[in-house]
Amino acid sequence: MEDVQITQKPQGLEGEGFFATKLGDAIGLARANSLWPLPFATSCCGIEFMATMGSNYDLARFGMERMSFSPRQADLLMVMGTIAKKMGPILRQVYEQMAEPKWVIAVGACASSGGIFDSYSVLQGIDKVIPVDVYVPGCPPRPEQIIDGIMKIQELVKDESLRRRYTQEYKSLLESYNIS
Amino acid sequence: MNTTPQLFANDSIDGELATLNLGPTHPATHGIFQNVLKMDGERIISAEQTVGYIHRAFEKIAERRPYNQITPLTDRLNYCSSPINNLGWDMTVEKLIGIEVPKRVDYMRVIIMELARISDHLVCNSVIGVDTGALTGFTYMFQERERIYDIFEGVCGARLTTNIGRIGGFERDFSSDVIKQIQNFLKEFPKRFNEFGNLLNRNRIFMDRVIGAGPISGDRALNYGFTGPNLRAAGVDYDVRVMNPYSSYQDFEFSVPVGESGDTFDRFMVRQEEIYQSLSIIRQALDKMPEGNYHADVPEFYLPPKKDVYRSMEALIYHFKIIMGEMKIPEGEVYFSVEGGNGELGYYLISDGGRTPYRLHFRRPCFIYYQAYPEMIKGSLLSDAILTMSSMNVIAGELDA
Amino acid sequence: MDKESLLNAIESQFPGLITNPAEPHGMLTLEIPVNQLKPLVQFLKDDERTNFVFLTDLCGVHYPNKGEKEFAVVYHLHNLEANYRLRLKTFVGRENIDVPTLSDIYSAANWMERETFDFYGINFVGHPNLVRILNMDDMTYHPMRKEYPMEDATRTDKDDRFFGRDGHEGVTFDNKKQIAKQNG
Repeated sequence: MEDVQITQKPQGLEGEGFFATKLGDAIGLARANSLWPLPFATSCCGIEFMATMGSNYDLARFGMERMSFSPRQADLLMVMGTIAKKMGPILRQVYEQMAEPKWVIAVGACASSGGIFDSYSVLQGIDKVIPVDVYVPGCPPRPEQIIDGIMKIQELVKDESLRRRYTQEYKSLLESYNIS
Repeated sequence: MNTTPQLFANDSIDGELATLNLGPTHPATHGIFQNVLKMDGERIISAEQTVGYIHRAFEKIAERRPYNQITPLTDRLNYCSSPINNLGWDMTVEKLIGIEVPKRVDYMRVIIMELARISDHLVCNSVIGVDTGALTGFTYMFQERERIYDIFEGVCGARLTTNIGRIGGFERDFSSDVIKQIQNFLKEFPKRFNEFGNLLNRNRIFMDRVIGAGPISGDRALNYGFTGPNLRAAGVDYDVRVMNPYSSYQDFEFSVPVGESGDTFDRFMVRQEEIYQSLSIIRQALDKMPEGNYHADVPEFYLPPKKDVYRSMEALIYHFKIIMGEMKIPEGEVYFSVEGGNGELGYYLISDGGRTPYRLHFRRPCFIYYQAYPEMIKGSLLSDAILTMSSMNVIAGELDA
Repeated sequence: MDKESLLNAIESQFPGLITNPAEPHGMLTLEIPVNQLKPLVQFLKDDERTNFVFLTDLCGVHYPNKGEKEFAVVYHLHNLEANYRLRLKTFVGRENIDVPTLSDIYSAANWMERETFDFYGINFVGHPNLVRILNMDDMTYHPMRKEYPMEDATRTDKDDRFFGRDGHEGVTFDNKKQIAKQNG
């Protein structure tokens, strides 16, 4: 049982029967370890995701046991695979339907930048339609790489300020994508 | 026997039809395609399909890539069994050029293709299980696929999009580790696969669920251009490995499982049995593997060993020309097909003597048989329609190319 | 069945139709004028001597600047019982780009003809639903034609100068745009 690591507790003041810390730290900890991902799997990276979700690489130990296929209940949009221009508006609609706070991870070369498909029908990276937090390169990335990307998302989530979604910087980021 | 008509005969209370949008993003469609269903209560009256959500313009890209750079493109057609696509392309080019590969290469190719076929059928059958609610089979079989991935990694270095094989053979021989892994696989896999079979094959709940879901007759299937397990489940025993044998398939003893009614249960069972047949083929190939070289002696198309490139002028020139894509491909047109995981995967290649194909068209089985889907689900319940779709094994990469 | 018996069977029904049968890499390839295509294919499917029940493939090819033979539609048929494959080709020009549909003979032709229309603009007369299938519905051109580039013309992130496409070898990217404009 020594191999099982329990996540580090945030900095705070501890005493008998109480633990005082910043609200942001506590919420960040809770959010990071219980993300509900929305697997937006379009192509080959989706099969590597299925392998990551499986028992060998096991995404469930990061708190992602329940895959949410409904955007309304998801925190993390995992875009895995090529997004064609035909699919762009749909991806955007799914992103808009998600509630704040939400994070986006672009898995694979095609989602990050169009990949090997420099053709007229492929969107050259999903950051042309939605803001992205973490890019995972690879074609397809190994499950270990996908897990690395997810751990980076967990870092982002843990350290995010509670007020970030209300700041002018974030609002202008969304405006640059024409997302209201 | 389908007893549902009696149970749901009067389920439309007010006679109004509902329009339901199934997709393009849907957890159960396993791919990006949209179906707009017109439903009468729970029953489907008609369906309208939209595909092309992952159209990546393979055929246009292929006109601008030298022949050895097209192999990674073919990977991404049916990505669950990408070695079959790669080796099919290599064989197409070999047919155009007129190269004969040694017997050993043929047997190695057969082993790799049958492993890829097993991996594809495992995905499809596990996913049929998931859609009926049996998630456990999926997790067990994906563990088995990891072992197949280990074998692929030992041969070519990649798990999923393998870019395996070269024009003229393989990039390296099977190492002793790979042979040991394959032998281990042949020993361990049947036991675990039998567990999966015991879970679902004669499971009464599963059988009640899938028997009668999405049937299609052999005549309609032939008319729709079905190939592969979907056609064999409908009763027609058309298998490209038997009809136009390639890569020494005629040396192997295997049978082609055939179903009767073409419904989901038959498709599931055909795939189950095909996995056993593939295991037998791999066993035969491994036992009878001939000695020889792992590539043909075609220095104009197959890279010379690196140490020769540093010493001999000829090898240097060949190396340069092959890497720059300046291979001397003769003019001509050729159609070559292999038995992919979903059926007859065909390559129609027209070459004008240049360094890139003039026209390369992929005969993609998924694209052709998916058009029959509205006919197959007409009049069935929504849950049966979902099962029919996952049992047809529609891979989005092959659908849209 | 072999080449002789097939050609004899076709000759008995359509005398003088087959002028120069070719056999590249072992597959019999026949060139058929457009107006005879549908009766021939119907005959090939129904007659017991030929019995081509299976349409394997249907695709288009573009040969620019060949006048009346600019666009080819290539059909691959397969007689499953005798295991005989056949390739048919028919050529149309850019102006009268109509080819009769085979979707009432083989249901498999339905989507394959839509794909060929989407890529090349070949009009299949009598098709139940000839609209674009793989590309976006509002696309104005037929992308597989040789005059159009592979890359998206509106992309901003890749500079053509670094890909050698702005003046090298006499064929500039702008030139292609001009050709495309001329050809509509």
